[in-house]
Amino acid sequence: MTKTTARPVQAITVRPVQAPPPAGDRMRRRLADQARAYAFLLGGLVCFALFSWYPAIRAVVIAFQKYTPGSDPEWVGTANFTRVLDDPEFTAAWRNTLTFTLLALLMGFAIPFVLALVLNELRHARAFFRVAVYLPVMIPPVVTALLWKWFYDPGTGLANEALRFLHLPTSNWSNGADTALISLVIVATWANMGGTVLIYLAALQSIPGELYEAAELDGASLLQRIRHVTIPQTRFVILMLMLLQIIATMQVFTEPFVITGGGPENATVTVLYLIYKYAFLYNDFGGACALSVLLLVFLGLFSAVYLRLTRTEGEDAA
Amino acid sequence: MSTRTLVSPAALARPRGRATYWTVFTAIVLLFALAFLFPVYWMVTGAMKSPDEVARTPPTIVPKAWHLSGYTDAWDLMQLPTHLWNTVVQAAGAWLFQLVLCTAAAYALSRLRPVFGKVILGGILATLMVPAQALVVPKYLTVADLGLLNDPLAIWLPAVANAFNLYLLKRFFDQIPRDVLEAAEIDGAGRLRILWSIVLPMSRPVLGVVSIFALVAVWQDFLWPLMVFSDTEKQPISVALVQLSQNIQLTVLIAAMVIASIPMVAMFLVFQRHIIAGISAGSTKG
Repeated sequence: MTKTTARPVQAITVRPVQAPPPAGDRMRRRLADQARAYAFLLGGLVCFALFSWYPAIRAVVIAFQKYTPGSDPEWVGTANFTRVLDDPEFTAAWRNTLTFTLLALLMGFAIPFVLALVLNELRHARAFFRVAVYLPVMIPPVVTALLWKWFYDPGTGLANEALRFLHLPTSNWSNGADTALISLVIVATWANMGGTVLIYLAALQSIPGELYEAAELDGASLLQRIRHVTIPQTRFVILMLMLLQIIATMQVFTEPFVITGGGPENATVTVLYLIYKYAFLYNDFGGACALSVLLLVFLGLFSAVYLRLTRTEGEDAA
Repeated sequence: MSTRTLVSPAALARPRGRATYWTVFTAIVLLFALAFLFPVYWMVTGAMKSPDEVARTPPTIVPKAWHLSGYTDAWDLMQLPTHLWNTVVQAAGAWLFQLVLCTAAAYALSRLRPVFGKVILGGILATLMVPAQALVVPKYLTVADLGLLNDPLAIWLPAVANAFNLYLLKRFFDQIPRDVLEAAEIDGAGRLRILWSIVLPMSRPVLGVVSIFALVAVWQDFLWPLMVFSDTEKQPISVALVQLSQNIQLTVLIAAMVIASIPMVAMFLVFQRHIIAGISAGSTKG
C-alpha cells in the first residue's frame, strides 16, 4: 500500500510537463523497483532462511524422527521424547541448568547492580573502572574457562591459596560434586559482569538528579533514595537485562565443557551439554532435536510469561 | 557494605563525606585491581615461570627467573600460527559477509520498500526471540547437508543471519533524512550508488559498532566451531586450545592462553571508547 506514495511524486517533479506514463509503463517500473529491492535483500534472506528459519522447523521435524546423517530418516512418533525424558541425565541436566541460572542471576544481577551504584558516585578514574570491569569480557571464554580451571586446582590453584592465606578451610572447587556448580557460576559472573555493569551505569546516569534532590529534601535516607528513586527509574533496564541474562545462562556450555566435563557425578551437565552429547557422542540426532525443542518451548513460554507479567507491572507503575 | 552512597555534592564536600569518599574510592580501586587485573597479570607472568615454579605452593607473586620459552614453545608446539590464522580468516570473512549482506538487506528493508518487507522484517526479528544455541544441532545438520563442514563458509554464512546487527543497521538507515536521498536520486544516482556514496559514509558510527560485534562474536565463539571443524588443521584457536589442553605442560598452555587473548584485548584497549559507548547507548535506547 504505502509503496506507491513516494516514487510517483518524484517522477512528476522530474518531468513536470510530460503526461503521466501509461499504466503498463508504471507497472514495469514498479516491477523493476521490486526486482532491485530483492536483489539487495537476496543474500541476507538466503542466510536467514538456511541458518535460522529452516533449522527451527527442522528441529521440530527431526524430533519425531530417527535421524542418522547419511541414511533415510524414519518417523518414530514421540519415541525420542520418551527416551530423552527417561534418561536420568535429563533430570540432572535440567536441575543443574535451573540451579545455575538461579545462582547466576542472584550473583550476576546483584553484584553488578551494587557495583554500578557505587561507581556512579565516584568522580575519579572512571575510565580505569570501565576498562577493568570490561576486560574479562574481551578475554575469549575458552581462555577464561581454562584460567579458572587452573585457579580451581585443589593442590596448586590460586583459589585454595587465597583460602589458606585467610586461614580458611580449603575446598575442592570444581572437582567436588557439591561445589562444582557454584564454582562455574563464579566463573560466569566474573566473565560477564562487565557488560551488565556498563549497562546499569548508563541507566543510572539517565536518572535526573532533581529526583534525588527532591527525595533528600523530603528527608529520604540513602537506602530510601535507592529504593524509591533509583530502582523505579531503572526498572525497565533491570527487567530486560534479567530476561536476557536468564535466556543466556540457560544455554551455558563452555564452562562445564571445559572446566568440569559435566562431572563430577553429572553435577554440571547442562541442557545444552546434554544436547551436544546426544548429537556428537551418542550420534542420536533425533534425541538431540527432541531436547532442543523442549528447551525452545520452555524458554519461549518463559519469556512470554515474563514479558506479560512485566508489562502489566509497568502499566501499574505508570 | 553500607558505605555506598547516592550523595549530594554538599554531603561530599563535608570533611566526613570526603573521608568516606576516598575510603570507598581506594577500596574499589583495590577491589577492581584484585578481581579483574590480577588474574590477567597472573596469567601473563605464570607463563614465564619455570614448570617447577608454577606448581609451587605457596606461589610466587613475581617469577624468580623470567622464561620466555613458555611463549616460544606454545607458538611452535601448539601450532598457534595455524590456529590464529584460521581464526583471523574466520573472523574477517564473517565480518565481510555480514557487512556486505546485512547492509544490503537493511538498506532494502529500510529504503527500497520491497513487497512483503514488513513480513520479512518480522521474520528476522522473530529470530531474536529464539535462543540461538538451542538450534545448533539442526543448524549443524544443514551445514553438513550443504557440504560445508571444515569449510570457513560454515562460519561466514550463518554469521550473516544476525538479526541484531541487521536491525541496528536498518534503524540507522531509517533515520537518514529523505531529502538527501531524493536529491541524489534526482541527480540520477542509482540504488547502489546512493548506498555507496551517501548512506554508507553517513553510517560510519553504526558500521563501526557492527564490525566490532561481528569480530568479537566469531573470535569468542566455541561451541559452533567445535561442531563444524573436526579437522584439527582448520580449527580456530578457541577449539584448538581445549583440544590441546589435556596433554601439554601448564606453562606452555598458559602462554597459549595469553596469546589467544591478545588480539581481542588489544582491540578493546584501542577502541575502548567506542566499544563502551556502543554498549551504553545500545542499552538505554532500548
